[in-house]
Amino acid sequence: MILIISLCTKKHPVFFDEFVKPIADCITEPHEVAHYTEKFDSEKYSKIILCGTALKDDEYLKHLDKFEWLKDTKKPVLGICAGMQVIARVNGAEIHEAKEIGFTNISSDHVLLKNTKEVYCLHHLAVECPKGFKKIAESDICLQSIQKDKIIGLLFHPEVNNKHLIRTFIEQ
Amino acid sequence: MKVAVLFSGGKDSCLAMHKAEQEGNTVVCLISIISKNKESYMFHVPNIELTALQAKAIDIPILQVETVGEKEKELDDLKNAIAQAKEDMQIEGVVTGAVGSVYQASRVQKICDELELWCINPLWQMDQIELLNELLTEKFIVCITGIFGYPLDESWLGKTITKETIEKRAELQDKFKLNPAGEGGEIETTVFDGPIFYEKINPKKTSTEYDNHAGTLTIEEAELVPK
Repeated sequence: MILIISLCTKKHPVFFDEFVKPIADCITEPHEVAHYTEKFDSEKYSKIILCGTALKDDEYLKHLDKFEWLKDTKKPVLGICAGMQVIARVNGAEIHEAKEIGFTNISSDHVLLKNTKEVYCLHHLAVECPKGFKKIAESDICLQSIQKDKIIGLLFHPEVNNKHLIRTFIEQ
Repeated sequence: MKVAVLFSGGKDSCLAMHKAEQEGNTVVCLISIISKNKESYMFHVPNIELTALQAKAIDIPILQVETVGEKEKELDDLKNAIAQAKEDMQIEGVVTGAVGSVYQASRVQKICDELELWCINPLWQMDQIELLNELLTEKFIVCITGIFGYPLDESWLGKTITKETIEKRAELQDKFKLNPAGEGGEIETTVFDGPIFYEKINPKKTSTEYDNHAGTLTIEEAELVPK
């Protein structure tokens, strides 16, 4: 069972369709969807995806205590945009302003991303690389992807024009 | 939140508006950009003038703005219209019917960011056949008013989207790689009725222009009738 976690503010449920449903639509395997504020046992799931949210929505950053499980989990985790930001923050990295809206080019030698050149970005915050993580992709503006063991963060949105990256995460 | 809808009168903006309302947002105004450029990169063109009548049917004020439709100038005109809606109607966000066009969506995202507004795309990345089926489930009456590309022909103009039309579009998708909901610009639509409408549109006089797999059905006269 795969767990998809929404990071969208509960104040505006309309963003679920824009940031969570497109991820869920890529996953044909059994999956459940939870909100980050809900209680769940991360070890119960085979893989976990943390979704992004709207450009103006930074509420998840006020609730990093809800993501403490990321420090201990042994499960494969894919953090998308806001998801990568929380992975970095709970592992002690700083975030800073770095806006990208629309397509941007990335460079990477990593097996997952080496053939991915153009990606869709929608963020105004970027992260430093946390201790123990590797930088695996960058754009001209900022760090675009990080990895440590089975945890991977993508600052860009793979659900737009790069859905195969979500499928690769699920299938590998 | 209080929102404006970028409203073309076609299926995507109507369904996006409906979804935004269902999720608790209050639509306080519609914004229509009337582009003088038939090949606008940003804005739906056929029957755009009908949006004033559609707004009456929906019972929400409309801000109609003309643009000459030059690539970047039309974005300035859109930004000015949204800024006016923010000033006059105190909107906090803008709803668009973008489905897969990064060109459209990222430009509206940038404008909203500059104006400190939420940008809401309820149909973003939605499966095209699912979108058409949802229009039927929600009882939208959607007329095909523009076709642009082989193998579409004149017989499609004026057709209402039904289960059969969707099946036919799905076949064309497989055979000719056409986008079934037409977001690539292969079809344009005009909505006559649906859950957001208090009255429905009755087209009284139409005219057709068609040549070599490109055509439009223009609604010359229309009236509102009770549902």
